[in-house]
Amino acid sequence: MPVLLFYLFAALVVGFALAVVLARNPVTSALCLAVSFVGLAALFLSLDAYFIGTLQVLVYAGAVMVLFLFIIMLMDVKAEESSARSRGAQAAGFALAVLLLIEVVSISSALKRSGDTLGQHPISAPLAAKLRQQSGRPLLKGLEADLAKGELPDAKLMGEALFGRHVFHLQLVGLLLVVATVGVVALSRKDGGSLSS
Amino acid sequence: MITLQHYLWVSAALFCIGLAGVVARRNALVVYMCLEMMLSAANLTLVAFSRFGVRDGLPDVNAQALVFFTITVAAAEVAVGLAIILALFRAKQRIETDSVNALQG
Repeated sequence: MPVLLFYLFAALVVGFALAVVLARNPVTSALCLAVSFVGLAALFLSLDAYFIGTLQVLVYAGAVMVLFLFIIMLMDVKAEESSARSRGAQAAGFALAVLLLIEVVSISSALKRSGDTLGQHPISAPLAAKLRQQSGRPLLKGLEADLAKGELPDAKLMGEALFGRHVFHLQLVGLLLVVATVGVVALSRKDGGSLSS
Repeated sequence: MITLQHYLWVSAALFCIGLAGVVARRNALVVYMCLEMMLSAANLTLVAFSRFGVRDGLPDVNAQALVFFTITVAAAEVAVGLAIILALFRAKQRIETDSVNALQG
């Protein structure tokens, strides 16, 4: 059953991604991209990355796609008509994509672990709980309780990593979001963003 | 059975479709969507390696933290990029990528 689900969602992701590129109308492209991102979130869930899967649905399929659709509606974009120049670009894009695909597939088949299945890398919460207690690091009560129960506390582990080892980067990303917000407001002012007024 | 390679193939396909879209399409909005697709393909690779690199009984959380940062940066990038496209539309009434050629020699 998990095998069937993998193929279903992989087909969903790749098929709707193709539809994004092939569709003439940008609204169709945006909606296809949303479906493709939901399929990708399902693939994240199949890899036991529940927090990232949720984030993918909330941020990409939710916020980002709504922003795209909003801008498309605002500008009343017409469907693209093809010309001689775009036919050349289409051929170049197709050739480039096929070349890169061949390259990536051949490299990934040569990887040492590429034939491993999920069963060969089992997640073991009791083992993790034991090793964490032996490591002498400061322990988080809720996290340890979940591991002892045999569950994978995905969001708690992410929280520990983000607010522990990566806390400086987290603050940096917060600063980036503030700068982006200010930049967007400055760019979308009526006078074209000049600071003199 | 599903192996690491299957996930890498899906990721490679998604990235290549995105690349083809960036090169072939002229609508700046669709080019942006294809860029997002390429970022997501990279995310899938990171999560797959995180799950197939189990250490001490747990997936590698650092890879997933990197995915978290990628998603945040992509969201910020979309906001700024769409504002730029909107400014372009105000100035030219078009959003085709070949309508911006002021610096062409």
